[in-house]
Amino acid sequence: MFNQAKKIRDKYIREEMWPSIFCTGCGIGNILNYTLRAIDSIGLDIDRTVFCSGIGCSSRLPGYIEADGLHTTHGRAIAFATGVKVYRPELSVIVFTGDGDMAGIGGNHFIHAARRNVDMTVICINNYNYGMTGGQVSPTTPAEDFSTTTPYGNLEEPFDLCRLAIGAGAPFVARWTMGFPYETIAAVESAIQTKGFGFVEILAPCPTGYGKANELRDAPANWEWYKKNTITRIDLAQLSPDERAANRKIVIGTLWQEEKPEYVERWRKLVSRLQADDEPVPPT
Amino acid sequence: MKKEIRICGFGGQGIILAGVVLGEAATRAGHRAVQTQSYGPESRGGAARAEVVISSEPIDYPRVSRPDVVVALSQAGYDRFGHDVADDGIVLVDEALVEAEGVTSVPFTTTAEEVGRKIVSNIVMVGYLGALIEVIPHDVLESTVLANIPAGTEDLNRKAVTAGRDLWLNRAGGNDAS
Amino acid sequence: MPRELDYRRVMKVLGSREKFAQGDVACAYGAILGGCDFFAGYPITPATEVAEAMAALLPRLGGAVMQMEDEIASLSAVIGAAWAGSRAFTATSGPGFSLMQEGIGYACMTETPCVIINVQRSGPSTGQPTEPAQGDMLQARWGTHGDHEIIALAPASVQECVDLTRLAFNLAEEYRNPVLVMTDGEVGHMREQIVLPAEDEIELVQRRPPTDEPGAYVPFRAEQGSVPEMATFGTGFHTYVTGLTHDERGLPATDDAEKHTKLVRRLVDKVRDDTERLTRVEVDNEKGAKVGIVSYGISARSAVGAVRIARGDGRKISHLRLISVFPFPERAVRDFASGLDRIIVPELNLGQICHVVREALEGEAAVELVSRIGGEIIPPEEIVRALVEGGEKV
Repeated sequence: MFNQAKKIRDKYIREEMWPSIFCTGCGIGNILNYTLRAIDSIGLDIDRTVFCSGIGCSSRLPGYIEADGLHTTHGRAIAFATGVKVYRPELSVIVFTGDGDMAGIGGNHFIHAARRNVDMTVICINNYNYGMTGGQVSPTTPAEDFSTTTPYGNLEEPFDLCRLAIGAGAPFVARWTMGFPYETIAAVESAIQTKGFGFVEILAPCPTGYGKANELRDAPANWEWYKKNTITRIDLAQLSPDERAANRKIVIGTLWQEEKPEYVERWRKLVSRLQADDEPVPPT
Repeated sequence: MKKEIRICGFGGQGIILAGVVLGEAATRAGHRAVQTQSYGPESRGGAARAEVVISSEPIDYPRVSRPDVVVALSQAGYDRFGHDVADDGIVLVDEALVEAEGVTSVPFTTTAEEVGRKIVSNIVMVGYLGALIEVIPHDVLESTVLANIPAGTEDLNRKAVTAGRDLWLNRAGGNDAS
Repeated sequence: MPRELDYRRVMKVLGSREKFAQGDVACAYGAILGGCDFFAGYPITPATEVAEAMAALLPRLGGAVMQMEDEIASLSAVIGAAWAGSRAFTATSGPGFSLMQEGIGYACMTETPCVIINVQRSGPSTGQPTEPAQGDMLQARWGTHGDHEIIALAPASVQECVDLTRLAFNLAEEYRNPVLVMTDGEVGHMREQIVLPAEDEIELVQRRPPTDEPGAYVPFRAEQGSVPEMATFGTGFHTYVTGLTHDERGLPATDDAEKHTKLVRRLVDKVRDDTERLTRVEVDNEKGAKVGIVSYGISARSAVGAVRIARGDGRKISHLRLISVFPFPERAVRDFASGLDRIIVPELNLGQICHVVREALEGEAAVELVSRIGGEIIPPEEIVRALVEGGEKV
């Protein structure tokens, strides 16, 4: 594992940006590791890969990768990524985002890109708060939990980001916690290889923000919490109907997979058809 | 030479198309022209107005300031614009749609119905106006109309623009048809 | 990205060179003849026709047109496409322009070439969607936060919609800055004759690619006041682009006041220092005139009418039309005003560029405003009346 880590680091990490800004016990660094292993394993051409991100701790990831990176405005990474991909379909586009960036301010861009089914991979690191700004409530913070802007407890219900992605039309949707490295790596590989909007949500700790406010002050406490509060899709399927109905644990695994027409492919077909030249130009 | 035309009515009457055709035909006839319009956000109903300035000189101010011709296709349009016309100008109203004194009532809609469909009353009006202002040859006007209407309606529109021209040429007190 | 325009192919799609066209559609023609190959936009009155024209025309030329979910996404996609190598633009009106301000600042900070057309309408807020106005001019200059420069052009005719949109693409590439084309609902929707340029009249100015190899290339290194070479994504240069304050390598340097100052000064100076070069004005000086008009956009049409009427009455009057509004042609306006006692500025707002004029003149001449809002463009007679009786003191 360690030799692998060094190999990955030498091959992909932008040394001038190291060490990272991440806090002790943060899960984002792990997810960088898993993503790089995934792209390495499938042999992605790093020169033809663009990493996009918004604003937040998760969005800092492109800076650490020796590759083209587009660190954009809060919530808008997916829209920027759409422009990159549609203009240069041969490039692989991978978006790093967080729960606040993607599902708060970025919610609209998220659901529309999923609906359009633009070929890209979106890795959403869900740490249940706006971490960079000090731990405010986010659209995924569980109800009644504490944050700097919900000092009396969160009055709102959270999104289930995967349900949102499925509802919006994403053809590949998976959720893991950062305690499942191999599954996460495999999920990222699948998302990249999906022809269309591949979505991977990864639950990760934020001991400095959310964790501190909610009695999860270090990495082990968070990993324990994940173990206790998640259930894989496969394990869920083994339960009795009553147990399944009563389940309150977060379901993790590959939650949705289908094949459907992808946006860039459709656009290219249109362009080919129009080159054939015999259609009248719509009036302008 | 300068001709300033203002057409007013409500949305859906094809007023703007009429303005566009007149403006475009004027340029095809070698003049300069600007076509503008005003309307509300609604697709149908609501006041609509098209203006065309045709000139042999470059046109600075693009709107009508001294209308040579005012066409009112609605009572509200007439009430608002029917009294602002140059001393030697002319005010036209659609006989079927507007009640007014001391203006020229023209059967645009009725003629359109005779030609085939009420909806081409704006093209009848275009033919009439083209003949009235005298600076656009009819064949240029007709080809411009045909370039601006949906495929399959050429026959109807050709009849309409010609019928409009004939209305002007055959008008009471007017010249013989050429 | 096209090195040269495939003129034959483009004209096959656009049709004849002479047209009787609407301003919005003319902007689309100008964009395509300016080498545009990506458009993203959102419907908004009175700019929707730009998107509709692009949607009909650009795919025939292999370009991409997207209707995004909002104006923010539209400009974001344009910027993303620009980094992937595209000559890209969007078109909107007031409410959408307000939404795009953050993106405009991001394009300034990251030195992303892009063009934004604002077909101005009556505001504030939803206002009068179908009525023209010139109420976004100062927003064009200062709408986005922080220190930055903007290049803004103001077409006064449908022909200029073609020509200035074409120019905007070249300026965007040359300066690696967003360029705004500030039209309005009147110019956008009126129809006039246009003549599309001949093949030998078209030159595409491109962003300068890296001269160094990957590894040696320093993405944001440039002499003070100048524009760095720009690598295209996916060609092996591994450029990190961020809206954070960054050093020459493009890496975040937010703790460093000196680096921030150096960067932002360069971003500002690269445009500001070239004000003379970017200045485009049309001047009509009358010997012995003591009053002049400084106008722009649709109000310039009213101004030309006023000059015609005034001179017909035997009054002397000079006129300067701003074709480029920002960076503000201070020198040209001061030169114009020297020898004049009064400057009249007609605008479809309650006074925006008149203040910029007054500031530039430093008391050289008195500045008066002829203002109109509500949708009707200014009748020339109103400007003549101000000439005779005095306009609103600025």
